[in-house]
Amino acid sequence: MINMNEVIETNEMIEKENLDVRTITLGISLIDCIDPDIDKLCAHIREKIEHRAEKLVRTGNDIEKEYGIPIVNKRISVTPVGLIGSSACREGADFVKIAKTLDDAAKNVGVNFVGGYSALVSKGMTKAEEMLIRSIPDALSATERVMSSINAGSTRTGINMDAVRLMGDVICETGKKTADKDSIGCTKLVVLCNAPDDNPFMAGAFHGVTEADAVINVGVSGPGVVKTALQKVRDKDFEVLCETVKKTAFKVTRVGQLVAREASKRLDIPFGIVDLSLAPTPAVGDSVADILKEMGLEQPGAPGTTAALALLNDQVKKGGVMASSYVGGLSGAFIPVSEDQGMIDAVKAGALSIEKLEAMTCVCSVGLDMIAVPGDTKPETVAGIIADEMAIGMVNNKTTAVRVIPVAGKKVGDMASFGGLLGYAPIMKVNGFSCDDFVNRTGRIPAPIHSFKN
Amino acid sequence: MKKAIITVVGHDTVGIIASVCTYLAEQNVNILDISQTIVNGYFNMMMIADVSEPKTGFSELATGLEEIGKKVGVLIHCQREDIFDSMHRI
Repeated sequence: MINMNEVIETNEMIEKENLDVRTITLGISLIDCIDPDIDKLCAHIREKIEHRAEKLVRTGNDIEKEYGIPIVNKRISVTPVGLIGSSACREGADFVKIAKTLDDAAKNVGVNFVGGYSALVSKGMTKAEEMLIRSIPDALSATERVMSSINAGSTRTGINMDAVRLMGDVICETGKKTADKDSIGCTKLVVLCNAPDDNPFMAGAFHGVTEADAVINVGVSGPGVVKTALQKVRDKDFEVLCETVKKTAFKVTRVGQLVAREASKRLDIPFGIVDLSLAPTPAVGDSVADILKEMGLEQPGAPGTTAALALLNDQVKKGGVMASSYVGGLSGAFIPVSEDQGMIDAVKAGALSIEKLEAMTCVCSVGLDMIAVPGDTKPETVAGIIADEMAIGMVNNKTTAVRVIPVAGKKVGDMASFGGLLGYAPIMKVNGFSCDDFVNRTGRIPAPIHSFKN
Repeated sequence: MKKAIITVVGHDTVGIIASVCTYLAEQNVNILDISQTIVNGYFNMMMIADVSEPKTGFSELATGLEEIGKKVGVLIHCQREDIFDSMHRI
């Protein structure tokens, strides 16, 4: 029988160490909504989302109450709109219509974000997909809850540099279109390499074409729990450090597995995966950077940071894998800047640069995340940053992503504020040397040699 | 049998257990086990209760207990046992 110390431990994790389930994300296939008439397509989309997700928020709230575990977000991901809209959309404005439909449906069912304004173009773009990508600045400035992601490369296909170059323009344009809110549009837009089909976390969530009609994916969290556990093993060797992270990750993931199973049962929708991620928030004590500090670094960015992060990421997976029957999504430690108070402090202190962050992304999920850069950063430079990150993902057979925010009208040292879970960020310095002639070459970077496994 | 774990944390005062037990009796909830201890100077009580057939739903039961806690000046949580089982048992 459960004893009192175990109960106290669990409840302290929840109350003092910010243990929570970060998101229940309901993936919904929109393939059966396809229609050549744009208005009919939008009506089908609205109907399907509102029907499938009708009970999502209420069920999430019930589970939260009954188990005493906060479920911070209830979200929806849909089939990439670049596919769904391809027969109906004649111009960018048609895609924006779909974005507005998604936004309305999200508001009606009470979820805070809907992901899937996406295109999977790792090898090539169809006309419709290119149209969707070009419509992103309008779509993200005309909606509140829609999230957009573009898969521009993979280990199997190489990198679509035409898409990467185009995304440089689209990101800068989105920043300008939402200049009044510190370019918030760019916080809802991510470029991925090796994007997973079952990621529950935004902005990269979409419901892959390999998925069932609807599926429940859950993202857990708990950097504060890991940090607190590590406080008890200061000065101990690496074996003890690793064991502690692993055991803690196991406990955190078990809660995610329970919530996922329960949500699946109550909604009568199959359980997909648990995403084992350490996802920070701007709240004090909910920081991945604080774990790195607890391990013995003065600030994230100090020499040793990449090794510490690699260790953390690996142990989280080793602990989590046994705790859940199906693991997927991104699964690893997130290192966003604006959403993690410890990372913000490290940037302010001058300890952390974009280049060091790039190195860190080689050993963790996901990539250069929520990094504010000067508003006058050139689209070519943004494309260069994306290309670097895509290359890391492609060569290392892992998911990588770029979510940078060229904040209109701001320069290095200024602050950008996005509000809520998105947090705030100091504008970081970008290497000013040109990569124009490189990124302006057209075509693709071929798949790496180790992709030929057949 | 569906079990719930009820925890009470706060400064010790007269009548905490009485008010919780009275409420549980009204709700047709049977108490299976009670234990208590002092952690960091705080009164900690844990009850294991059978919630197979509460008069109201589980959420309402949890809310009712929370409100009693507010009246008495302690924190009362009522959670399904599964969350602790999941976390601490393989």
